[in-house]
Amino acid sequence: MKTLFITLLMAFSSMLFAEESIDSLRGSHDLESMSQDATVKKMAKDGDPIERNYVQQPPLIPHSIKGYRVNLNANKCMSCHSWKNYKAAGATKISQTHFEDRDGNALAEVSSRRYFCQQCHVPQANAKPLVGNNFKPLSAISDK
Amino acid sequence: MNFILKRIKPLLTVTIMASFLAGVVVWGGFNWGLEATNDENFCISCHEMKDNVFQEYKETVHYSNRTGVRATCPDCHVPKAWGPKMIRKIQASREVYHKILGTIDTPEKFEAERLHIATREWKRLKASDSLECRNCHDYESMDFVEQGQRAVAQHSVNIEQGKTCIDCHMGIAHQLPKGWEEGAKEAGLDRH
Repeated sequence: MKTLFITLLMAFSSMLFAEESIDSLRGSHDLESMSQDATVKKMAKDGDPIERNYVQQPPLIPHSIKGYRVNLNANKCMSCHSWKNYKAAGATKISQTHFEDRDGNALAEVSSRRYFCQQCHVPQANAKPLVGNNFKPLSAISDK
Repeated sequence: MNFILKRIKPLLTVTIMASFLAGVVVWGGFNWGLEATNDENFCISCHEMKDNVFQEYKETVHYSNRTGVRATCPDCHVPKAWGPKMIRKIQASREVYHKILGTIDTPEKFEAERLHIATREWKRLKASDSLECRNCHDYESMDFVEQGQRAVAQHSVNIEQGKTCIDCHMGIAHQLPKGWEEGAKEAGLDRH
């Protein structure tokens, strides 16, 4: 009896909500119609360094990194951003914080936990924020 | 005199015709055979190539890109001009020998030999002033305005200084091997 009641309730509620749409921060979506395909975003080409939005933010990558490989044998990022190469390449050098293990001991090479650059540093595409916001960086790091 | 000429004239004609035909068949056959070994399908007919370097190449811009122009194995690894092509082909016959020996017939063996193999190829490209790159990528045809900031900064200075493509662009169609920096030094690459 109880099962029948629940089944009936479910059937009834699905009839009731069939024509409904879902409202979220990203707008309202009709459940019946197909959602629109997202356009493929193009990665930004080379640019100048991008300002940070907050103090602890890992700097964003202001250039294309297509085909750049970071694996056990090689780290493409280091061919410009390592302390050895940054001057000749005219690149930003990696932070000293990357030469520490998790206990704060100084290391001679980039720490293995910092090796995979893209865990924190990401390239940019020309994509508008899905939800508008009025976030402003601190005046200490930006004039925005 | 006329008598002799009359006797050998048909013979001479036949001989010339026959050698001409033989020449077409032999030279054509040789060229056909050479071209057959100068094809991507031939290159990846052995698993040493197919399972290792070919898989890596498939992820790169020389395999798949915006305009659909593709550079296959021989475009980079075999010179186009006849003479250098012959020399390269004869050198490459050692690959058949090592195929039979099974020098790199497992992924582990391949990884162990990889730095050595890559260094040889870097040396070859360094010595030829990156000839195979320049078959398509010609400095003279480069429009620096169309290039990215970093590309302009590097190209405009380094090409003037006489650097060659492979000095910086190594590991672009295949992955860099372990110890690649040492290999680059050994091959005499001037990375900066």
